[in-house]
Amino acid sequence: MNALAHLRHLESESIHILREVVAECQRPVLLYSIGKDSSVLLRLAEKAFYPGRIPFPLLHIDTGYKFKEMIEFRDRYTAKLGVKLIVQKNERALEEGANPFAWGTQRCCGALKTTALLDALRGGGFDAAIGGARRDEERSRAKERVFSFRDARGQWDPRNQRPELWNLYNTRVHPGESLRVFPLSNWTEIDVWRYIHAEQIPIVPLYFAKPRWMVVRGDALLPVEHFLSDGSGYLSGERAELVMCRMRSLGCTPCTGAIRSDADTVPGIIQELVAMRRSERQNRVIDHDQDGSMEVKKQEGYF
Amino acid sequence: MENSFEYFLEQENAKDLLRFTTAGSVDDGKSTLIGRLLYDSRNIYEDQLDSVAKASAGRNAGAIDFSLLTDGLRAEREQGITIDVAYRYFTTARRKFIIADTPGHEQYTRNMVTGASTADLAIVLVDARKGLLSQSRRHAYIASLLGLPQIAVAVNKMDLVGYDRSVFAQIETDFRRFISRFPAITTTFIPISALKGDNVVARTGNMPWYHGPSLLEYLEEAQVGNRARQAPFRFPVQRVVRPDQQFRGYSGTVASGSVAPGDAVVLLPSERTTKIGQIITFDGHLNEASAGQSITVTVEDQADVSRGDVIAALDAPPEISNSIEATLVWLSDTPAEVRKRYRLKHTTRQEWAELKQVNYRININSLKHEPGEALDMNAIGVVEIETGRPLVFDPYSHNRMMGSFILIDPVTNGTVAAGLIQGAARRPRSGVNGFDRPTWRFEGGSLLLSGLDESFGDTKPEALDDPEALDALNRLLKRLKVNQ
Repeated sequence: MNALAHLRHLESESIHILREVVAECQRPVLLYSIGKDSSVLLRLAEKAFYPGRIPFPLLHIDTGYKFKEMIEFRDRYTAKLGVKLIVQKNERALEEGANPFAWGTQRCCGALKTTALLDALRGGGFDAAIGGARRDEERSRAKERVFSFRDARGQWDPRNQRPELWNLYNTRVHPGESLRVFPLSNWTEIDVWRYIHAEQIPIVPLYFAKPRWMVVRGDALLPVEHFLSDGSGYLSGERAELVMCRMRSLGCTPCTGAIRSDADTVPGIIQELVAMRRSERQNRVIDHDQDGSMEVKKQEGYF
Repeated sequence: MENSFEYFLEQENAKDLLRFTTAGSVDDGKSTLIGRLLYDSRNIYEDQLDSVAKASAGRNAGAIDFSLLTDGLRAEREQGITIDVAYRYFTTARRKFIIADTPGHEQYTRNMVTGASTADLAIVLVDARKGLLSQSRRHAYIASLLGLPQIAVAVNKMDLVGYDRSVFAQIETDFRRFISRFPAITTTFIPISALKGDNVVARTGNMPWYHGPSLLEYLEEAQVGNRARQAPFRFPVQRVVRPDQQFRGYSGTVASGSVAPGDAVVLLPSERTTKIGQIITFDGHLNEASAGQSITVTVEDQADVSRGDVIAALDAPPEISNSIEATLVWLSDTPAEVRKRYRLKHTTRQEWAELKQVNYRININSLKHEPGEALDMNAIGVVEIETGRPLVFDPYSHNRMMGSFILIDPVTNGTVAAGLIQGAARRPRSGVNGFDRPTWRFEGGSLLLSGLDESFGDTKPEALDDPEALDALNRLLKRLKVNQ
């Protein structure tokens, strides 16, 4: 073996990044989204700080529209790891009736995700938030730094980013400013799945195919879990049907489309991905609500 | 089924990683080349292609505009420009690739230096119609400065010169004459058309006179010489791990060389010698670890080691000095200020650093040394820097991780410069008393003293293993530290 195999190379780089955050930042927190990338991040954190414990808390932004299976998995898995979990909800917006059907996805995301996140970071005095975003996910992310600076309002200025050279990360911020740190920057979707397979990392069962209640709308499969009892969510003539499917990425139920699939194991998923000709976030409604929509959300402080 | 999956995983696991950067001038067709590379190697998803096809129609480009695949930000698509370094990922049956895609126009130096800092090789794009321009020379120079062992010169737009062999040959001759100044770089020339796809992924029939590889074949075959693995062992301590009273370990990433339990090492800057105890990972203890691996080690004697210290091979220790000479690439629109104090980040350590003087600037077009105090955005100069505590380093040309640093402005916190250490500063003997302040440093196992007085000169004490001599030296060192 004359070269570090690709996956071990990525693992080692991520461990280096995680250790660097903890060594140089005052109060780091890990943004835990319960998805597969978060599961990988947690495993990397276990490795980075072994034989010590994971030295930062986890923060989950709960929009109230997450799948029930995600919340169950979150509570079970974080308890098993013995890490501290902070759950933040924008209760006021939820009381005001925030939902993607009535408010539209942009306003709903702004209130339930971005505002909740910024409130939690400010409230906890966190100067570094570690996230599982990858550069291959969406085109504005291709220019994201590993240590990405956010101003005192939590905003990203893509035209004024710090140059990032070698493995020398600039972690310096003034009080009130913060960093977003992305240890999985150089991983691709298939790397994440191969790593989950190699390391036997637990993931939410929603990633595995089984018959689920869905509304079929054009090419999209929409989970009905949080469609409202008054019928909002459904277009006229639509009704739920049982479809053999799985989630390729996890978000809020109304905005996360499923894909038709019978892959019910990790090897099955990897084989499906190799054959797949569509990108990972294509079923995420919020990425397509305007041109460059992820770029705009990131500038405003969205993860 | 399971068997074929196992076979697939085996193939995947055998793939190594190549990081490369691309450099080109405006309109050289770099975005088109990368789009073509991704598309022809089947690394573009249908929905990404659909959205680009839609946008291409709006720009009346006729065919699919591959450059749109890589322009990430809305501002870029609107203005048809590329703002910043972008990272892209693709896979072939042989390898995984990470591209650092750097724009060719504004701030080319800053962006290319950033892209090249993590790259194994560079692709320099030349427009066949324009021949060798000063930009191409700059790109080759930066590749050499950042220590890339090889570059590929892709002569693009061959379709627009009738696939003429003599055009290609002339560019190769011109480029080779220039690049011969950098004997450490291996150069490969490939005639291509990114627009038509000639020699990008598949070899073309349009240039039967060319017998070399396509660009992708070249990338798949290129030897990623792991020079860091050959260099002596270096381990900058990232964190001290102390989960309980019994255990004290040091976490970090091996910067170069390899290490095994029992290896004799020196702890720097304290200069204590000890042996490696265990190499610990979440997945169990290791018998050996080498460059690039993130590990935790213990050492045999209880030692006071903290973040920023370096554990190094005893028989080939790095240098130590608080006064270094370095090549600086200025990255900020606020110019460098002599006598200003910056934060310097080197390996896992941050120090105060004063920019003592700019020895000379390098004209990036002529490569001539020019006098000058000022370094503004994109300027390259050789400078002298003094740090609060001594740095433990190797020259950049020997060891990338141990020889690189960044400067941070303490007020704005912006990253303002990239630094490549040449060595400990050798000050001219022009001090007030005819000689300079005494300085000392380690080099190749020897202690070098300079500036004590004329007769002392540069002294190379032979016997560092002689305990008496060592003792005397230690006393001398203490005195020198006091004097400094």
